[in-house]
Amino acid sequence: MQPKALAVVDLHKTYANGSVALSGVSLEVERGEFFALLGPNGAGKSTLIGIVSSLVNRTAGKVFVFEHDMDRDAENAKACIGIVPQEFNFNLWEQVIHIVTNQAGYYGLPRGLAQERAEKYLRQLGLWDKRHQRSRELSGGMKRRLMIARALVHEPKLLILDEPTAGVDIELRRSMWDFLRRLNADGTTIILTTHYLEEAESLCESIAIIDHGKIIEDTNMKALINRLHTETFILDLAEPLKELPVTNGYVLRQVDPTTLEVDISKDQGINKLFEYLTDNGIRVTSLRNKANRLEELFIRMISADDEPKSTRVAAEAPRSE
Amino acid sequence: MTSRAAANWVAFNTILRKEIRRFTRIWQQTVLPPMITMTLYLLIFGNLIGPRIGEMDGHRYIDYIAPGIIMMSVITNSYSNVVSSFFGARFQKFVEEMLVSPTPMYLILLGYVGGGVARGLLVGAAVSAVTFVFADLRIEHALVTFLVVLLTAVLFSLAGFINAIFAKNFDDIAIIPTFVLTPLTYLGGVFYSIQLLPDFWQKVSMLNPILYMVNAFRYGILGISDIGIEFAFGIICLFILMLYLGCLTLLNRGYGIRS
Repeated sequence: MQPKALAVVDLHKTYANGSVALSGVSLEVERGEFFALLGPNGAGKSTLIGIVSSLVNRTAGKVFVFEHDMDRDAENAKACIGIVPQEFNFNLWEQVIHIVTNQAGYYGLPRGLAQERAEKYLRQLGLWDKRHQRSRELSGGMKRRLMIARALVHEPKLLILDEPTAGVDIELRRSMWDFLRRLNADGTTIILTTHYLEEAESLCESIAIIDHGKIIEDTNMKALINRLHTETFILDLAEPLKELPVTNGYVLRQVDPTTLEVDISKDQGINKLFEYLTDNGIRVTSLRNKANRLEELFIRMISADDEPKSTRVAAEAPRSE
Repeated sequence: MTSRAAANWVAFNTILRKEIRRFTRIWQQTVLPPMITMTLYLLIFGNLIGPRIGEMDGHRYIDYIAPGIIMMSVITNSYSNVVSSFFGARFQKFVEEMLVSPTPMYLILLGYVGGGVARGLLVGAAVSAVTFVFADLRIEHALVTFLVVLLTAVLFSLAGFINAIFAKNFDDIAIIPTFVLTPLTYLGGVFYSIQLLPDFWQKVSMLNPILYMVNAFRYGILGISDIGIEFAFGIICLFILMLYLGCLTLLNRGYGIRS
């Protein structure tokens, strides 16, 4: 059996001010996975990542990276990890090239190889032309890419990205997704935390949701999405609607004269609705999801976690309609 | 050399090179000012006031104070290099670049200390060059002279590192040099022999570690000292050991660098 890329066992973290950030978190990430770690603000994501990357002291628990124990074999465990933190943490007065080659040096890469790798990743991330600029002169998106290049320069087996696309425009975000997909396809295990649930759904095959310092879900993305029994769609109509049609089994709402909203359960399917609308002379020009599917699930799960136990069971149970 | 040892050597060199690049890039702020300040000391205390003071321990006053002035620049520069560099790394959080890497804590410490020593020695050499213009100095014991400068730079680099670990803001990195380091240096026998002091103050002066360094260095250059040279070396090494272990303990516990 191949070693897990990451295994954390019963992690606890209580900060000096007494606030409990993690209480008994256990998690496994398979080798080669693209793994999403989601949770609301203050749920414990950054603390968990901080502990794995040795920036936060644990109160209790164990961390293994490719079977290297972080307590007994920290040097080899750390050598497997590349980390892209949420906040910029490089020397603002240092040149881009020096930031990347220095990082390679900290991982023990000889100077020649460090320069070769720095060129490789700065080129891949579109920063090679900026290599002699001081990092503070870069735009926000460039700074994010610099942190990715820096994290990759020692070619880690496990890349951890904490909100890598925060504040990045859509075009750049998409190109970063493509870059990360290629990286994962080449064998790098990736753990991603993000607030863009579309990003997690699009990139990741496995997902864990953390809330109030506990893992409340740890599964694969497909299985999780399948739990969504009802989806809400928006229908744009060709002509304004005078009267809301009564359909058999579909719950329709009129948002404005040319927009309808409809809840469709999994067993209903969408074909019959279209047949009915066509029969009644209603022409649909476009159809889209009201919300991202993962976002809907996420909000339900987080809200359920805040409710009392008895209500939560009811909320998680499949809907009968 | 095993691959881990080779990797550690590369990591140490990387930190050292980065530190040297940092202070040489801003040489106008790091190397030039102490040269100007020490020139003024030599000009005013040595050339203008010195002849009226006469001899001190059988040497011209300017020759007597010259070793102390060189030592003063080594002390302040090795200290301030490490305190500002490591606190800057903490403040801007780029210390995390090293903390996430496999670089052991003792190498991070040695890298920064190496940077402080390099600046201390460079400034010491620059100030010495100026000093030799004003004073008539012949180095009596070259090895002692070099060892004292080296160990003093190590000691104050370590002290600067501890200051940087505890500092919470930029004011904190100025407090120790202003209120502790400067008075100790001035009272450490740079400008006078402690034989001039009353008995009680001579004993109090013996508690000042800088006295041992200044005197050991003066012994290396002029061949005279208020303190036994072996004892001075013993005190310097003892302080280095205590500070090194203190720094390492703080780093391993993550004080000031991990939450």
